[in-house]
Amino acid sequence: MSDDELIWRIAGGSGDGIDSTSQNFAKALMRSGLNVFTHRHYPSRIRGGHTYVEIRAAEHEVQSRGDGYNFLLALGDSFARNPQEEAYYGNEEIKPLSENLDELREGGVIIYDEGLVSEDDVEALNLDERAEENDWHVFPLDLRGLAKEHGREVMRNTAGVGATAALLDMDLEHIEDLMSDAMGGDVLEANLDILHEAYEDVNEEYEFEHDLRVPTGDHDTEQALLSGSNAIAYGAIDAGCRFIAGYPMTPWTDVFTILSQNFPDMGGISEQVEDEIAAAALAVGASHAGVKAMSGSSGGGFALMSEPLGLAEMTETPLVLVESMRAGPSTGMPTKPEQADLEHVLYTSQGDSQRVVFAPGNIEEAYEQTRLAFDIAWDYQIPVMLIYDQKLSGENKNVDVEFFDREPSPDLGSTLTEEELKEAAHDNSGKFKRFNYETAEDGVAPRSLPGQKNGRYLATGNEHSPVGHISEDPDNRVAQMDRRLEKLEAIRTELNEERDSTQTYFGEEDAEYGIITWGSSQGAVEEAIDRLNADGHSVRGLSVSDMMPFPEQEVTEFLESVDEAMVVEMNASAQFRGLLQKELGRFGEKLTSLLKYNGNPFEPAEIVEGYEVNVAEEEREPTAQVRIEPAAGD
Amino acid sequence: MSAFNAIGDEREIDRDEYTPGVEPQPTWCPGCGDFGVLKALKQALPEVGKTPEEVLTVTGIGCSGKLNSYLDTYGFHTIHGRALPVARAAKLANPDLEVVAAGGDGDGYGIGGNHFIHSARENHDMTYIVFNNEIFGLTKGQTSPTSPKGHKSKTQPSGSAKTPLRPLSMSLNAGASYVARTAAVNPNQAKEIIKEAIEHDGFAHIDFLTQCPTWNKDARQYVPYVDVQESDDYDFDVHDRTEAAEMMRETEDVLNEGTVLTGRYYVEEDRPSYTQEKQAVGEMPDQPLAERYFDDDAEWERSYDLLDRHK
Ligand SMILES: Cc1ncc(C[n+]2csc(CCOP(=O)(O)OP(=O)(O)O)c2C)c(N)n1
Ligand code: SF4
Ligand SMILES: [Mg+2]
Repeated sequence: MSDDELIWRIAGGSGDGIDSTSQNFAKALMRSGLNVFTHRHYPSRIRGGHTYVEIRAAEHEVQSRGDGYNFLLALGDSFARNPQEEAYYGNEEIKPLSENLDELREGGVIIYDEGLVSEDDVEALNLDERAEENDWHVFPLDLRGLAKEHGREVMRNTAGVGATAALLDMDLEHIEDLMSDAMGGDVLEANLDILHEAYEDVNEEYEFEHDLRVPTGDHDTEQALLSGSNAIAYGAIDAGCRFIAGYPMTPWTDVFTILSQNFPDMGGISEQVEDEIAAAALAVGASHAGVKAMSGSSGGGFALMSEPLGLAEMTETPLVLVESMRAGPSTGMPTKPEQADLEHVLYTSQGDSQRVVFAPGNIEEAYEQTRLAFDIAWDYQIPVMLIYDQKLSGENKNVDVEFFDREPSPDLGSTLTEEELKEAAHDNSGKFKRFNYETAEDGVAPRSLPGQKNGRYLATGNEHSPVGHISEDPDNRVAQMDRRLEKLEAIRTELNEERDSTQTYFGEEDAEYGIITWGSSQGAVEEAIDRLNADGHSVRGLSVSDMMPFPEQEVTEFLESVDEAMVVEMNASAQFRGLLQKELGRFGEKLTSLLKYNGNPFEPAEIVEGYEVNVAEEEREPTAQVRIEPAAGD
Repeated sequence: MSAFNAIGDEREIDRDEYTPGVEPQPTWCPGCGDFGVLKALKQALPEVGKTPEEVLTVTGIGCSGKLNSYLDTYGFHTIHGRALPVARAAKLANPDLEVVAAGGDGDGYGIGGNHFIHSARENHDMTYIVFNNEIFGLTKGQTSPTSPKGHKSKTQPSGSAKTPLRPLSMSLNAGASYVARTAAVNPNQAKEIIKEAIEHDGFAHIDFLTQCPTWNKDARQYVPYVDVQESDDYDFDVHDRTEAAEMMRETEDVLNEGTVLTGRYYVEEDRPSYTQEKQAVGEMPDQPLAERYFDDDAEWERSYDLLDRHK
């Protein structure tokens, strides 16, 4: 935990405009030269229900949420439905204040809207006493009244931001600029008035006794603030994807929405369809006809895609699907992150089916691996999946703008032109030998597209002959199966030899102890390892992205280099650890697991603690809501 | 310059071009109505001037799904019930393709019923032929959504307790802009209806009665049949939704009493196709998207140019 960072939490009802306010505040911090990282926590209700966004800002790199936070702007829930005490949801107005106190760090600052929450409710919290104990600095402000006076009640957020800036001794310039970009006319005027008023009121009325101030920083290059969902959508755009079909489901909806909003201006097509079976089938149909296409969903919706996924594999139709995990089983906790669909994504669909699966660990990786997914899908004519989760989907981070300055790659991979088709092998009736196992390389037989001259063939989910006729001939069967199965091998070789590794390492090269993770837990693990090493431990980290084909060599080398390793993942059944052991067939005695599945992502301190309990073998249970699974034989 | 030169190719087309020169021979049972669909399509396609390589035939799973094994066009034999979403997307990706989707009554009205409703609703410019044999053929004769009430099968040994689904009415209500019924035993009408369906600019649904002598002996051969356009007993306007609806209802009611009515039921010519609707709201390119990937001069937008909103 460092003191040179701000972790600002804005809490209110979902529907109180927390998202847009926090987005702008994060951008203002980014523009001031800081690195920022946001974490969104929200319930699956449209209005009401307690929600917050946390913004972590520091001069140093931030890859994760921090431990706890140090500044609370509790707007109070203006959409509280049931103020009666007996009501199921209880009194919600106070919740953005009351429910966030536990994680507020010592010395932290609290602003709450005394215009909305009642004095009695605050009294009942014992706020004074707790503030005393924890050295919190509490500022009850009538944000609602101020907003009403100069504009409308919904502008409470702006008042809260103005007060925040005053207490942090933060310049208003970037906030004003961002407001001017987003609105105009009377609304802008009113908001600017409220911002300044709140800023000045706080400065005039209070003597500041708190130490917390906004950190300062400086970026060498221009920065952009974007989410994992943005990164995936942008990776798809730059890979030349111009067709998306989908059905809304949290959290996948973000990628679907971003592409649906951008495609019309790019000559692309987005289709919201009747269900996820249709969505995946449309992506297959569009790809079959020659367009770079994708679809995606979250757990339950992806379950419906299992059969079209198998069809894509069998007909060798290139396809990219994204699966944005949320806590399961079944409807589970729709707005909470979890990494528990790994086995679902790896193994669904009948037969010896295979696909490529990448699990990006941060925003840059989400972009890179989306592009890689399209490259591989179109080169090898195989479904490629990106598996990520609600956490990576919604978190925002600043990225160097130049990172995106690259050439697009709309190339259709192993697809032939009419010129090439003339020269290709055909059967006696003129059908193109689309699935020609005799000349295939790396398992890949080049494809034609409907409408091309000399390219006609039958695509079928049944086993088929080189021109696509349904065939149950044993020799043909074995030849076709072997050819298709060869692809994963070839892809592994390409990933090893021709591409930069998608695995990420941190910590010390020759450490005694290893921590392995995958997907979006990467950032918290990285920070935990930094802290452990700073404290004199000897730890190295590996975050794996290639789920299939598995990077056997890299992981083996890593595990051989350490005495013991802890596998960190957000699920209850240690799915990734299971995959490791299945793929490597050993190391069972070296691996323990740190699991979390309460609906909240890991904080770095929880990983540090897990390490202490696990490795330093402190005789105690972890305090956090995590579970430790001992190594085999323990 | 197009990358898809089979499309719009103006030349004499030999009827035999649609018959695969090498294997496979159809594996349908002797007397199966599915032969009738194949034959009618082979006649209709050259007559509307389509060459084999500009046609994409997308089928589901069932005896009917084998259609494109024996019809030498580009083919996509998909999975049970999912021909329509695959076909729709191929049409969106390359609207110049002639897309014909086909499948069984179980495939299209049962497991794929949701896609049928939505494809009709959206009025995609394509032809959809449902081989309606009132039975699950391929899986050996179980009751299908169109099997008559009381129909006995291995899975409903005491007779189906369900009223059959009304394919024509459902199609009309869902939004199909061309609805017809024909029968395998009526090859000339079948060919003409298929030609009209292909030339129709919108979702053209043909409920094609295909007898299954192996599993559905009750339905016999769908003879004698009556063409509602030719018979003096029926008089209705195919452009009038209300009259069409009434005629459809009657047709569905009398089928299981042994009266086989066929013909055109509903034709709506001026309804825009889905592509046109989508272009009208600015969410569909004017040029076929599939062409763009072969166009060396195409400009590909980059995410780098979208970043202002994130700064
Ligand atoms: C998802 C799925 N469920 C079940 C089947 C088994 N199956 C194959 S064809 C069929 C029904 C065929 O009936 P119909 O669609 O009417 O076609 P027909 O054979 O009569 O032409 C069934 C149930 C399957 N292939 N896939
Ligand atoms: S089982 Fe029936 S539908 Fe299938 S091929 Fe034989 S006759 Fe035709
Ligand atoms: Mg049938």
